[in-house]
Formats: sequence, C-alpha cells, structure tokens
Amino acid sequence: MIRVQNLTKYYGERLAVDDISFNVAKGEIVGLLGPNGAGKTTTMRILTGFLMPTNGNAWVADCNMVTNSLEGRQHIGYLPEAIPLYTDVTVRSYLEFAGRLRGLDKYEIKNRIDDVVELCHLEDYIDVLIGKLSRGFRQRVGVAQAIIHEPEVMILDEPTLGIDPIQVAQTRQLIKDLGEEHTILISSHILPEVSMVCDRVVIIHEGRIVAEDRIENLSTILRNSKNVRLEVQGPHEAVTIKLQQVPGVLRVQYQEPYHLVECPAEQDLRSSLMTAIVQGGWTILSMATVDMSLEDIFLELTTEEESDDEELEE
Amino acid sequence: MKNTMLIARREFRAYLTSPMAYIVACVFLVLIGALFIWYLNDIDYSDTTIAGYLDIWGNLVLMLFAAILAMRLIAEEKKLGTWELLLTAPVRDTEIVLGKFLGSLGMLVSMLALTLYFPLLLWIFGDPDTGPILTSYLGLFLLGATSLSIGLFASSVTSNQIVAAVIAGGVLAILYFIGMAGDAMGSAVGDILSYISLSSHFPAFISGIIDTRVIIYYLSVTALFLFLTIRSIETSRWS
Repeated sequence: MIRVQNLTKYYGERLAVDDISFNVAKGEIVGLLGPNGAGKTTTMRILTGFLMPTNGNAWVADCNMVTNSLEGRQHIGYLPEAIPLYTDVTVRSYLEFAGRLRGLDKYEIKNRIDDVVELCHLEDYIDVLIGKLSRGFRQRVGVAQAIIHEPEVMILDEPTLGIDPIQVAQTRQLIKDLGEEHTILISSHILPEVSMVCDRVVIIHEGRIVAEDRIENLSTILRNSKNVRLEVQGPHEAVTIKLQQVPGVLRVQYQEPYHLVECPAEQDLRSSLMTAIVQGGWTILSMATVDMSLEDIFLELTTEEESDDEELEE
Repeated sequence: MKNTMLIARREFRAYLTSPMAYIVACVFLVLIGALFIWYLNDIDYSDTTIAGYLDIWGNLVLMLFAAILAMRLIAEEKKLGTWELLLTAPVRDTEIVLGKFLGSLGMLVSMLALTLYFPLLLWIFGDPDTGPILTSYLGLFLLGATSLSIGLFASSVTSNQIVAAVIAGGVLAILYFIGMAGDAMGSAVGDILSYISLSSHFPAFISGIIDTRVIIYYLSVTALFLFLTIRSIETSRWS
C-alpha cells in the first residue's frame, strides 16, 4: 500500500532523509520511530505529496507520489504534526471544507460528518468555533478531517503530541480501531506508543533506517544479550565482584535493590549465578530473566550509532 | 473549476468572519471618502464630470489596501499549518492560487462597491458625465486585481504577513513610480519604463477611454504574478 524506495531528501546542503526504503502492506499499522529531527516528518511530507524527494520514489495506493501525486493524494488521509485547522470556523464547516477539498459531494459529506463526529467523539462540539477548542479536541478534529473521505491510507505525524494522558489513550484506541479498515503509517518518538498501537516498526535515525521489524521480533533479533535480575541479601559490592567472576557474564550493574547481570543470549547462566551466590554465603531472594524493553533497544541503537560516528570521526 | 470556487468561497468567507477585514474596509472607506471631499472642495461645481478623486491618490489607497488584503492569503495558512492541508489535498496548485485570487478579488470588489455612493451623490446633486465614472471603476477593478496578484505572490514567499505586505508594497511602489521616472527620462528606456508602469495606463480610464491595450496590459501583469505564485509554490515543494 505504501512503498518507499531509496528515498533521499536534501534541504539545501542538509541531508534530512538518506536513501531509505520500506513497505507498508494493506491493513498494516506501521510505526515510524525516531528521535526529533530523524527525518520522520520529511518522509511523511514526501509520502503525502507536500514535498518532492531529491532522489528515489514513493508509491501510495499504487500511485507514484513524484509523478502522479495528484491522484495519489486522493487516497491519503493526512494529519500533519501541526494540526491544520482554521480557527475562525466551526468544526462542521471545517469538516465540510476538508471533505469538499477531497472531492466529496454535499450529500456524502453530510453522512460522513455524522460518522466521523461519532467516531472522534465530537458530537457536542460540532457547532463550536475551532479556536475555542482545547488542544485535545483540536487534535480530534485533525483526525476527523483525515478520515472524512474514507482514505485507504492514513498518515499520522505524531498524533498524540501535546495532549493529556487520557486523550492519548483514547487517540491510541481510535487509531487501533481505524487500523482495522485502513493502512496506517504513524510517526512517534515515544516507544510505548508504537509498541501499543503498531504491528511493525521502522526505526529511523539521522535520516537512515536503523532497524525494521515486527515489535515482538525486534527485541529478540536486535539483542545479543539478555539480563538476569537478582535480588541478593548481602553486601552489594562483594556480590557484584563475585557475579562478575562467573564465566560467561558480560556485565553486572547494581540498581538498588537488584543486580542486573548481562548474559549472552544463547547461554542460560542462571544455575551458575545461583551457585556463585551460595558459595559466597549469601541468600537469593529472587531471580528472573528480564526482556530488554524497546526503550533500551532504542537507546542502544541510537547511542551505538552515535558512538560509531564518533569513532569514525576520530 | 469546482476546487477553485470552493477555495475562493472559503477565502471570501474568511474575510467576512474576520474583524480585521472590517477594520481594513472601514479605513479604506474613510480614506477614499477623504479624497472625495478633497476633490469636491477643489472643483468647479458647474463641471462635476471627472472622477478625479479616483486618480493618483485613489490608486495609491487602492494598491495599499489590496496589498493588505492579500498579505494573509498564503502566509497565514503557512503559519496556521493549513497550508499542508491544501497542498496535500487532491487539488492543483493552479486551483489553489486562482481560488485565493478570486476570493480576495471578491472582497476588493465589495469594498469598491461600497464607494459607489460617491458617484451617487454626484448624480443626485450635480450632473456628472457617467462614462468616465464607469471607466474609472473599471480601471480601479483592473488595478486592484493586479495589485492583489502581486500581493498574493508576496504572500507565497514568506510565512510572515507583515513581510508579505512590505514586499507587496515595495513591488507595487516600484511598478507605480517607475512610470514617473520614465516620463522624466524621455528616451527609449524611459518609454519602456513608462510602458511597464502601473501608473501610466490609468489616465485613460479617468478620461473615459476604454483602450483594449490598457486592459490587456493590466490582465497580463495579473497573469504574470499569478503564474509566479504558482511557480513559487511548486519550488517550495522541491526545495
């Protein structure tokens, strides 16, 4: 449904997107994840026809967004990062305009407004001036305009930015619901959000794709090590030293009250760890393996990238 | 065409719902009214034939207010973020530009229509020559359209409305006064300067002459700046 091929975008001298390629299949919800300035918004702007790439191609619903952008735009519902609202009109007349702009006729619009208003819980605000709405409601109006023409593909740029936690939860639920019928590409710099909403994630950093996989695979594939978390009754410095001496252990960290032991992914060191503690004369209160959270992976990915760059510079 | 009218209607309605536009229209009427009174004090009452209050000062007021009306057209959308909505909708850049131009032209024509009570007063209390008044209004319409297209272009190159107004004002001033410089120079270069100037063609309308060349002149300058606006938007997508 979305196909990105060797996409590159320069803003003058500055490279914003560097030769990225990825696909989004029909009905999938894919998260574009990366820190601020990674190139997420630029990628989305190219996909929606707002910008043209310096190099490469993008297809949305089988339309080339470089050569046939006008037709492609009909199939896209887009919520930019800055919600595009006219503040001096009511929600109804704004949605009417947004619908007409996408080619709906008067009667279709009437029905569609009723539908999207219900879906986005805007019933009580339909005749309120947009300028008087709070950020959370404006964001709902933003989503409403993106789905008014029942697009096949939805592109949402940071849809939960700047709204309160309850509304964030509602918005995520809304995106999940929409995902049942639409193909969705959503950008975010918040990991839990992506793991909650998306089937698959594309991690982008400094304009390049650094990882791309299903959420559940990402944690196993990208990880060469796993952590064992121990709670030990005993002096923690001594315990740390003892644990480090166990063959195979990569690293030991103390985070009160736990010792985190990093072990190679393919080796189960739990019994050796247990023996070591017992030999030291201490008691194990608890022991568990911990999956690395996406957050750790993300941090690891981006910090690794940076340290690589530093090494290169040196 | 459907999209153009849709955008034009929205644009026109945006003027009517904004307090700013009413203030602009009021000040415009006050200034044109002042020019009218000035003109009445100056004329011989037995000869109320010329629409002199619409000449140079009238032109300048009109151009100034066209620049003010046009400054928000694109710059405001860029600031609001709605520019992204328009440029990602299945609508051609040409339709957006024409729609915005027609919407603002609608506003300018409404403002001009409100000044029609001046000739009405002339008709009631005097015996003016109707022809020159009508051609003067035709001239104001054309000059206004040209000024709006220049203002629209200025609005497309920045997201700051004030900057847009200043650019438009500057371009308009140059194009207007270049003719007077041209007249002073006299040579062939002077003739060319006079020809491209916005001011040198207007006196024909004041004298009641409808010269096709003059009409074509104003229409071509308008078309040129609308074209430049479209190109400016296109360029922004690639940069």
